[in-house]
Amino acid sequence: MLAKRIVPCLDVDKGRVVKGKKFQDINDVDDPVKLAKRYSDEGADELVFYDITASSEDRDIFIDIVKDISSNITIPFTIGGGIKSVEDFRTVLLAGADKVSVNSQAVKNPQLIKDASEIFGSQCVVISVDAKRNDKASWDVYVKGGRENTGLDAIEWAIRAQELGAGEICINSIDQDGVKSGFDLELIKKLSEVLTIPIIASGGAGKKEHFLQAYEAGADAALAASVFHYNEIPIPELKKYLSDAGIPMRR
Amino acid sequence: MIGIIDYKVGNLLNVSHAVNRLGYECVISDDVDVLGKCDALILPGVGAFGACMENYRKSGLGEFVENWLKEGKYILGICVGMQILFEKSYEMGEYDGLGYFKGEVVKFEAPLKIPHMGWNELKINRNDPIMEGINDGDYVYFVHSYHALADKNDVIAYTDYGKEVTAIVGRDNLYATQFHPEKSGDIGHKILGNYLKIATGGAK
Repeated sequence: MLAKRIVPCLDVDKGRVVKGKKFQDINDVDDPVKLAKRYSDEGADELVFYDITASSEDRDIFIDIVKDISSNITIPFTIGGGIKSVEDFRTVLLAGADKVSVNSQAVKNPQLIKDASEIFGSQCVVISVDAKRNDKASWDVYVKGGRENTGLDAIEWAIRAQELGAGEICINSIDQDGVKSGFDLELIKKLSEVLTIPIIASGGAGKKEHFLQAYEAGADAALAASVFHYNEIPIPELKKYLSDAGIPMRR
Repeated sequence: MIGIIDYKVGNLLNVSHAVNRLGYECVISDDVDVLGKCDALILPGVGAFGACMENYRKSGLGEFVENWLKEGKYILGICVGMQILFEKSYEMGEYDGLGYFKGEVVKFEAPLKIPHMGWNELKINRNDPIMEGINDGDYVYFVHSYHALADKNDVIAYTDYGKEVTAIVGRDNLYATQFHPEKSGDIGHKILGNYLKIATGGAK
């Protein structure tokens, strides 16, 4: 049976994983390759790295890291952040990434989804959607790190992205992000009713139960950062819990 | 020396990293003189079937591969590199494959989520040296929207995705996997290592 996936997410700035306060007590977390290796050894099914740097020099550092990750890690990984063109896709794929995640730029230029999926295949095109609940009982798509409301309906945008060739949707709930009170289950449920491509739930993981709820709502994968970085939820423990609850897990 | 056949279908770096990790040297090449000196070959493949076949034909490697196999030397196809070894695919049209394995490549059907993406279990259909140390239920990483309807005799292992889906095929000196052994952690590396051992007779 196809296993549900657990996906730790690493934000990388100038070659280092961005650290929260609690990070300082842990020695191996600021080096993306070391942290990635740790997650891979602990049983993570896939990894996501976001390049949160802005300048082009830092971009080169990041590409070197992607190469380093690809020679050291034996599980699939996705690269996101600052992807603007088919050429950007090519650069990170040739550096060894398995998938490429696009957010704002896909909203600005939906043709990129079509072009990239035709050239490199749908399997490597992940569309990341930042969604926030509005007062009309639906969700708006935000861009620029959650600062700008596009007015697009999140469900409709996800369907459009799928039609254009996206191979996977990563849905990030802005309302739940960082709150640790669970994923936006209603949003996941709605999406899984209309999409035929896999869904990664993101934003809100705080407890093991939250992962179970996300999979039960229809997510194929669940993404989280801080609960893994701070080791609040050890991955082996999480996998055992989910497996005992009847969720197919790779163990 | 392991040769990774480069017919311009995406990134071959991950495969070469995996081969290196297993202690073998490898070369990525489209040059028959270079590939001809190798002990074993790997045929990767990413993207659409038709595009892969077109690039394969353009590469002019067809005759070389044909002779290589006739000489009893080994090739491992991976992902679309497996699919093009079959007779035909219906991905975005209808395309002829190389026909080394009997059967056609067809799309998964709704209500299954497509692509079949993630870790899925191997179900062993028959014993083969490539499965040494591998157990029923071991997980490997798949990502594909089309799958090969293979002759049962060629199938070494299946996976379950709505039905039995071809995961590993093999006949004589030709092996192929639908999943990505280079991305499948320890289990994938074990399978790739078994292949390299079979194919090279231990020569690194």
